[in-house]
Amino acid sequence: MKGKVWKYGDHVNTDVIIPGRYLDDYDVKNMARHAMEDLDPRFAKDVAYGDIIVAGRNFGCGSSREQAPLALKHAGVGAVVASSFARIFYRNAINIGLPVVEFNAADMFENGDVALINLEKGVLINETNGRTGKFVPLPDFLLEILREGGLVAHSAKRFR
Amino acid sequence: MKTEPKTISEKILSLKSGTDARAGDIVEADVDHVMVNDVTGPLAFQEFEALECEPMREKIVLIPDHFVPNKDVASAKQAKEMRDFAKRWGIRNYFEVGRGGVCHQVMLDNGFAYPGALVVGADSHTCTYGGVNAFATGVGSSEAAAVFATGQLWFKVPGAFRVLLKGRPSKYVGGKDLVLKLISDIGVDGATYKALEFEGPGVSALTVSDRLSVSNMAIEAGGKAGIFPCDEATVSYMNTVRKGGYNATFPDEGASYERTLEYDLSSLESMVALPHLPSNGKTARDVNVQIDQAYLGSCTNGRIEDLRLAAEIIRGRKVHPDVRMVVVPASVKVFEQAMAEGVLTELSRAGAFISGPTCGACLGGHMGILAPGERCVSSTNRNFIGRMGHRESEVYLAGPAVVTASAITGRITDPRDLEAIR
Repeated sequence: MKGKVWKYGDHVNTDVIIPGRYLDDYDVKNMARHAMEDLDPRFAKDVAYGDIIVAGRNFGCGSSREQAPLALKHAGVGAVVASSFARIFYRNAINIGLPVVEFNAADMFENGDVALINLEKGVLINETNGRTGKFVPLPDFLLEILREGGLVAHSAKRFR
Repeated sequence: MKTEPKTISEKILSLKSGTDARAGDIVEADVDHVMVNDVTGPLAFQEFEALECEPMREKIVLIPDHFVPNKDVASAKQAKEMRDFAKRWGIRNYFEVGRGGVCHQVMLDNGFAYPGALVVGADSHTCTYGGVNAFATGVGSSEAAAVFATGQLWFKVPGAFRVLLKGRPSKYVGGKDLVLKLISDIGVDGATYKALEFEGPGVSALTVSDRLSVSNMAIEAGGKAGIFPCDEATVSYMNTVRKGGYNATFPDEGASYERTLEYDLSSLESMVALPHLPSNGKTARDVNVQIDQAYLGSCTNGRIEDLRLAAEIIRGRKVHPDVRMVVVPASVKVFEQAMAEGVLTELSRAGAFISGPTCGACLGGHMGILAPGERCVSSTNRNFIGRMGHRESEVYLAGPAVVTASAITGRITDPRDLEAIR
């Protein structure tokens, strides 16, 4: 997985990821259009498929809205790398098939650098400056949920 | 079977999973109730239908509250999906507009949250029910859908922080002030994945309503749950909403905690959390800010006790000419009680706007949205950028007494200072 880096700080909360005023319409196109709007109005316009968010502590704190990871995923985000995540966001992200990597990569990247991630091997590379990092990969069953596109797709397969 | 001493969280999750659950274990547990609202419900329904199975009807509670009464066509569609889902699957516990209100208060009013219960909700403030000794936590829509289907969910048993309370709060100080102080001390990620468990002689000095405000904001410190023990006050509250069937749960002597925090309630002062994090707490007297709106309501502080306090403070006074005061009782039950007691009349005569129960402006939905540059002192739970309106608006979190005192003076005000102002 490879993409351009969007760098943010600590406590990026669900209200800036997808503001409450847009939660009256759960069409994923609506969510994607307003992703990160209150923190970075450029984001939804300029984000490209596969781009990677690199952030600090407590990413996704706040609401349990699954619309938050959905907004990022459908805006094109390939993965979120953060030094820590809020509990509900972390589970929601995996459940809807958005890869999350718990790793402090703030010092490795500048905004706009190109990042390469191997989720299975736990390797993160900055193609722009050559720096590399290693993280503990998610357990196999979570990687499988991500590959299948989320918890419901995964569970539906198991039931049938 | 003799086991090691347990925290309240470990005890409830042990009982519900039929295992000897310890902090760090992952257990699959029976959930007593699962709640979704009009924002998280439609996604859950979509996901549930994909599973092609029958729902666990009696466990499901459907409460439209975020954008009802329907704010626009889009929200009308979401609310309709809830109604249709309830009808299609024969789900009895659906609370229509005019018969419900803010989901967490409706859950409490109707006895779905009780001592020893395990409750999940697709709303992060589900942790509110810890105030009545339940283990309750927020989940996403996909997980709610999984509980619709199986009645179960996996949980990582959280490690616990013990919060020891002593003393008695002074007149205008309550649960909100305690929790704002606590979050300021430990930070918005200070309790990530942990349960806050409250104990000590100070517990009995907090009303059940105060405890619910505290538990409600456990999530604002990243907490998975915020739980109070069950005492006489809990039991007499439960007697008003439910006929028995609950299991008072206490921590064992010698249970192990990752951290202990202590608070003397008698030295607490009225608190305010400045934009844009709930952890930016200061005492109200240290904040000198002019406001445009004062919002009293929400799952944090929209209960009858909060409204009574506001009416008592505002009696014989008026809302400041430059301020809109918006009062939103949290549920129909609270609304009717406030009406019967004359509380709403008092507030309305003072110049406040009274709304029917809804989440309203708390999450930037409707009923009091802020323009660029406007400031609101609010009894709600989050003050993130853009939370109640434009990204350049500001939210100052406080308890009901500070909200009301500030509505009167037009500036953030400690209610103790009102007399001097008059």
